[in-house]
Amino acid sequence: MSTLAYTIGDSRVMLRRNLKHQLRYPSMTLMLIGMPIVLLALFVYVFGGQLGAGLGVHEGRSAYLDYVVPGLMLVTVAAAVQGTSIMVAMDMTGGIIDRFRTMAIARASVLIGHVLGSLLQTLGALGALIGVAFALGFRSAGKPLGWLAAIGMLVLFAFALIWLAVALGLAARSVETASNTPMILFLLVFLSSGFVRTDTMPVGLRQFAEYQPFSPIVDSVRGLLTDAPVGSHALIAVAWSVGIAVASYFWAIRLYNQRRAVTPT
Amino acid sequence: MSGRIGTPGIVATGVRKSFDDHLVLDDVSLTVEEGAIFALLGPNGAGKTTIVRILSTLIEAESGTMSIAGHDVATEPDRVRAVIGVTGQFSAVDNLLTGTENLQLMADLRHLGRDAGRRRVVDLLEQFDLTDAADKLLSAYSGGMRRRLDLAMTLVGEPRVIFLDEPTTGLDPRSRLTMWEIIRGLAAAGVTILLTTQNLDEADQLADRIAVLDHGRIVAEGTPAELKRRIPGGHVRLHFTEPDALASAARVLHVSAPDDDEFVLQVPDDGTVDSLRVLLDDLHRGGIAVDRVSIHTPDLDDVFLAVTGGTVAREVGATRHRPGRTAEGATVG
Repeated sequence: MSTLAYTIGDSRVMLRRNLKHQLRYPSMTLMLIGMPIVLLALFVYVFGGQLGAGLGVHEGRSAYLDYVVPGLMLVTVAAAVQGTSIMVAMDMTGGIIDRFRTMAIARASVLIGHVLGSLLQTLGALGALIGVAFALGFRSAGKPLGWLAAIGMLVLFAFALIWLAVALGLAARSVETASNTPMILFLLVFLSSGFVRTDTMPVGLRQFAEYQPFSPIVDSVRGLLTDAPVGSHALIAVAWSVGIAVASYFWAIRLYNQRRAVTPT
Repeated sequence: MSGRIGTPGIVATGVRKSFDDHLVLDDVSLTVEEGAIFALLGPNGAGKTTIVRILSTLIEAESGTMSIAGHDVATEPDRVRAVIGVTGQFSAVDNLLTGTENLQLMADLRHLGRDAGRRRVVDLLEQFDLTDAADKLLSAYSGGMRRRLDLAMTLVGEPRVIFLDEPTTGLDPRSRLTMWEIIRGLAAAGVTILLTTQNLDEADQLADRIAVLDHGRIVAEGTPAELKRRIPGGHVRLHFTEPDALASAARVLHVSAPDDDEFVLQVPDDGTVDSLRVLLDDLHRGGIAVDRVSIHTPDLDDVFLAVTGGTVAREVGATRHRPGRTAEGATVG
């Protein structure tokens, strides 16, 4: 077998392991999938009446539901990668990683398994969110091609954040740290155009919200799902995603190769 | 998985390693013949785990050359990895999988193929007495079961050279005996084994050769019989109830009194009836009241005292109060 065939074979084994972990750790998996849905209900039924009143053209609770779904899609992505970070740190702080390192396997397969497993989990969580959103009355004017583009954009962004979470998980000294650091991503969704229009924010915050990566992605997805023009948002969104993915990938690989014995003797 | 016939299982020459200016391994050389069991004996911090990590390609040495089954560790790490198996000090099992799944994971990563992999998993479960627990998650496993599974995982790829870092630390006596049996069986099947231990008895029981590692240097090496000849033969411990008696006894017996609060004096002695009689007579003549006496057969501490010329005696003494093989004697007045 060639090196590539080994890498693919070993990565498949690692992916299967990762998916099994998700099933064996259902409390985390369900929390990561369920939390965005709970937030959806919270924002639509508790805050939605008031927040929907300030939307402009279309107003009210159902208009807010349509508005907030793209934001919650990013919450879903941010929540899912928290799981990635935890799973990676669990591997790295346990003894099993040393076993893998003393075996003649494709080294990258450990990380590839985590990345693909998380990507599948994220897609599953997004599917669940979209299903519930439709059940609650979400209506999209987006065309099939628009939906496809939106999902493609979310997958690309998820891929970028998953690599970032892998790096954070590798950098963390403990599983606790690994579960806390990705929280910042969560906060960034709230400090974006995900839940409210940025022009309602005070000036400094508004500038931050408009220039951080989550806003162009939310705006693009929202545009694609409402069949509205997305303009330059899409390009900026893709640029952010690719940039984060590349930088995180190299950071993660560096950390992975650098890792040394925690206990020297 | 072929190595060159007739080449030693493990050869290391002049291995040095330091962590942040702290020299952990200083010019360590060792040779383990194919199919032999070699024990690295030493206390915590001697560098045992570091040498295992270097030889098993986990970390790099600063200098020195090493080969495993004829493959150079520095230049052909993947060839080395294909022939070795490592069971570290901390369990390297996947806690979210069952016993079968852990073994199957190893079989998949060793590219054994579907049927051969399954057969190997079933065989190992049987061999390591884990068949009943095969489909339980590892959270239901006892310490001994985890250690057995850990070793079984190491053996999935039928490695020709195995590293066992303190394989029995923390095991109950029965599990320890089981583990010894397994290790002997592997060596009998031609597997080369390097194991580390803090326990002289374990090295004695298992190893063809023993190297004593102290502060990153090999301070003695030989067969168990050769090493034991260098041990003076244990000591007796005299327990006193008050410091004056301790001081007098130290004077009479020409040994230095320890400056701790335990009122225990340790005297080199081979534990024979004649030498004990002489010792007790000396104390009796001096009118010194001894509370109790205990006889201590040679253990790791004594090997250390013997081979390091007593320079580490005090440090070793710090670990002395773990349960050793001590026979309590009668109260002497």
